[in-house]
Amino acid sequence: MSDLTLPRLQHIIGSGTVAAVGIWVTYVSYTQQPSEAFLFPRLIATVFVVLAAWTFFKACMGWTKVGNGISVAQMTNLAPGLVVAMVYIFWMAKGLGFYTATTIAFFVLLSLYDPAPHRALQSWLKRIIITACFIAVMYGLFALLLKVFTPREIMF
Amino acid sequence: MEFIFYFGDVFTPVSFALLLVGTIGGLILGATPGLSPTMAVALLIPFTFQLEAAQGLILLGAAYTSTVAGGAVSAILLKIPGAPANIATTLDGHTMAQKGQGAKALQLSFLSSAVGGIFGVLLLIFLTPVLAQWALAFGPSHLFWLAILGVTVIGSLDSRSVVKGLLSGCIGLWLATIGFDDIMGAQRFIFHPSLGGGINIIAALIGLFAIPQVITMFARGRRNDAAEVIKVEKHPIGGAIRELFRNNRAMGIGTVTGSIIGLIPGVGGQIAGLVAYDQSKKFSPQRDKFGTGHPEGLVAAESANNAMVGPSLVPLLTLSIPGSPTAAVLLGGLLIHGIFPGTDLFDNHPDVAWTFINSMLIGQILMCIFGLYVAGLAARIAMVPQSVMAAVVLGLAVFGSYSVQSSMGDVYVMASLGVMMYFLERFGFSAAPLVLGLILGPIAESNFIQGSMIANATDGMAPYFLGGGLNIFLIAVVIASILYSGYLELRSRRYTSKEEIMA
Repeated sequence: MSDLTLPRLQHIIGSGTVAAVGIWVTYVSYTQQPSEAFLFPRLIATVFVVLAAWTFFKACMGWTKVGNGISVAQMTNLAPGLVVAMVYIFWMAKGLGFYTATTIAFFVLLSLYDPAPHRALQSWLKRIIITACFIAVMYGLFALLLKVFTPREIMF
Repeated sequence: MEFIFYFGDVFTPVSFALLLVGTIGGLILGATPGLSPTMAVALLIPFTFQLEAAQGLILLGAAYTSTVAGGAVSAILLKIPGAPANIATTLDGHTMAQKGQGAKALQLSFLSSAVGGIFGVLLLIFLTPVLAQWALAFGPSHLFWLAILGVTVIGSLDSRSVVKGLLSGCIGLWLATIGFDDIMGAQRFIFHPSLGGGINIIAALIGLFAIPQVITMFARGRRNDAAEVIKVEKHPIGGAIRELFRNNRAMGIGTVTGSIIGLIPGVGGQIAGLVAYDQSKKFSPQRDKFGTGHPEGLVAAESANNAMVGPSLVPLLTLSIPGSPTAAVLLGGLLIHGIFPGTDLFDNHPDVAWTFINSMLIGQILMCIFGLYVAGLAARIAMVPQSVMAAVVLGLAVFGSYSVQSSMGDVYVMASLGVMMYFLERFGFSAAPLVLGLILGPIAESNFIQGSMIANATDGMAPYFLGGGLNIFLIAVVIASILYSGYLELRSRRYTSKEEIMA
């Protein structure tokens, strides 16, 4: 075995997770009743677990050739956006209402990733205008045109 | 010639307006780097809920057609392919634009896309009814193997690693079994209340195609990726038409290659464009000029990637087997209206089937006309910063997945699958076989159960599923596709080198 580098460790964790899911699916498929309901899942689970085990074995041996993993720089870049997106989807959307939550999340994401300088007032004005336009379009499309009744807790 | 009777349905005010919206919107979406045709069509599905089935499909079909063609705009003017199908277009298209022939390149691109696209749709028109009748002879065992074939072909041919491609397909097939079993009513793998009704296909499609793209944009950070748009000078359309006729060999090669490749499940437009470009170069007396802004290369690539669109729908409309991820999304669009492709579609809903196919034919012409006018606007929209694009796509994904059944559970499923897919993609797994597994899973399972019942009442499982000419043929194709891909993987070493992984 060669050195345990970050990409290799990531491959081991990634394929290990897939293999663990495969083992769980196989266990459930072969132990749950009625067995007729699990006939097809058993067929898939068998292939699933074999392929997953092989992939995990290759990752452990350092034979994985496909997939570059995630670099530290990429992780640093994506982490704030991912956190905002997850908070937006799993808490804010229902807690604050879709439109309020989307306005906040959109503006925060735009501010986080917009390459325009944060010190310039013009950049902030541009972000506010873009956010307002986007929310207006979404409201027009989903509330007025498609008549989708979204959770509304605060404001609108 | 049944299709002729339904031409009028395309020209009703609502249908034609949707065709125009889909075409123009698709051209703009296609020109936007990062918005693939599959993702664009997936994000559009929620907008079809309140439409009639034929109207919804017109919108989705027009968007599919024109996103593929629209990708040429950013390929030519920005050197950024709007979609993977337009990679070959950049080779000569962008060089032509740099030489001050941007308008001519765009005109040639849309004209050859229209020629290729019309040929592809005609193939769809004439092949589909024949194959749909042939499909009547298929029993449960054959349909089971066909569904497995759909997953394995895409899993092996569309992925850089055959094992990981097949594993992605298995994950999709397993995800399709989540929820209550249809026959016994038993709970299967329900580890969260929002999964009680199974995984909603539309929410899953949006998550699997849109969220990884959003996270990829996040991963680039606060980078200013704004590329310079090459300004285009006016060019007479007549000159472009004459140039197209002069390059009839490239157009013929592109159209035929694209159509054949489109018929093969799992082989996408990216390959069609590159193969046509390569073949056209081989047969050209001016092969040295390829890559230096030679119109022949542009014509071959663009006619091929649009010729692929029509035939890629043949397996979907005849056998219910989507041949590509975008066809899988279109299947989702059909299923939400309670329509199943195959013989049912042509026998019970001929108006839906033919209006949709006819609209794709008209859409090719509209795409050509409007493409020339909106190219400049599309190129400007392609300059929208990644930060805005990521936030817009995220918002659309949340609203779109919620609007499927007004359920927060669907939004959670969409987000969870999307995040999972991003990380899986980083480790060499692929979204296309996973989606195919998710969509074909119920088809495979229902036919497996039906086949098991028949088998138990007759000769037993092995003779029923493994015997008979058609079963053996389908199994042979499944094995051959896996072995062939494995051979290609070993021979050409399509995977990244160890050094690249460590980098």
